Amino acid sequence: MSTVELLVFIAVCAGATFATRVLPFVALARQAEHPLILHLGRYLPPAVMMILVIYALRDFRPLADGRLNVAPDGWPLILASLTVVGLHLWRRHALLSIAGGTGAYMAMVQLGWTP
Amino acid sequence: MQKRHAWHEASVTTLPVMFGYLPLGAAFGILAIEVGIPVWGALLMSLVIYAGAGQFLAVALLAAGAGLVEVAVATLMLNSRHLFYGLSLLKRFQGAGWRKPYLIFALTDETYSLLTTHGGERELNHAQAFRLCLLNQLWWVLGSVAGVLIGTTLEFDSRGIEFALTALFIVLTLEQARRLRQWLPFAIALATGIGAVLLLPDRHLLLGAIGATTLVLLIDHRRRQTPREALTP
Repeated sequence: MSTVELLVFIAVCAGATFATRVLPFVALARQAEHPLILHLGRYLPPAVMMILVIYALRDFRPLADGRLNVAPDGWPLILASLTVVGLHLWRRHALLSIAGGTGAYMAMVQLGWTP
Repeated sequence: MQKRHAWHEASVTTLPVMFGYLPLGAAFGILAIEVGIPVWGALLMSLVIYAGAGQFLAVALLAAGAGLVEVAVATLMLNSRHLFYGLSLLKRFQGAGWRKPYLIFALTDETYSLLTTHGGERELNHAQAFRLCLLNQLWWVLGSVAGVLIGTTLEFDSRGIEFALTALFIVLTLEQARRLRQWLPFAIALATGIGAVLLLPDRHLLLGAIGATTLVLLIDHRRRQTPREALTP
């Protein structure tokens, strides 16, 4: 692949990615105060956050294929997540919750520990 | 002095993203070099594309020798969830001036999460949002540089560190719940999210769940309006 071909390839990827990010701002620039848009602005972020959590934890499927299934990193995922929730409800210190949960996860994964 | 304080605050806020972006960016760098992309090409991708999953897809397409149309369509499909992010930030980014193009360009999952959660108590101003975006991309580019340079010979055993991003999403969900004190969006997200995990292939999962959630929210908005309109003949 020549330099020019690679540059064109990167430009296409960059253009397509930016297009998905900029389209709402271009197409709906004058609708920012529309009640429908305000409704989405209020409720979409919390919903998306919840979906990103589910997405990040999708490997944990305790009942896949109708039987008990424990994926190799399933239990550490769920235990570390519970650690994050517990720490955050207890101290409400974002960095502490994140560092605690990540530390717990790394320890479990690296030591190969599962219940 | 104040500016320095603002940068300090921004770096503390983006710290969890750093823990996620450095290893992920490094993974991208290693992968890119492996399939034969030159160093400048890999770094340019992190600078001008700046999309986690999108760049991994790009490497795969490049390795497979995909055509440009195919590349454009696949990238659009993969990143179409960003459409919905823009929808909920239309008002927020108003009046951001010269910073606005970059704020839009830098709208990754993680940046969106930080921007929509940390505005709560005191509205996050555009300058501070700009700092968050810039730092997040800095972590991503630094990670790519590390991946490109050191390759697979990292001394530090960093397996599992990418959980920092999952932890970040959990914390932000809890913060959103504390702010909103309504269960509806979370219930909708649980239903569409779990539904998507069970029904959709991995690559369509996020788009499916976020698209379905937006649709339900639109219907909900319509439903809330109808009774009021019925009262006024």
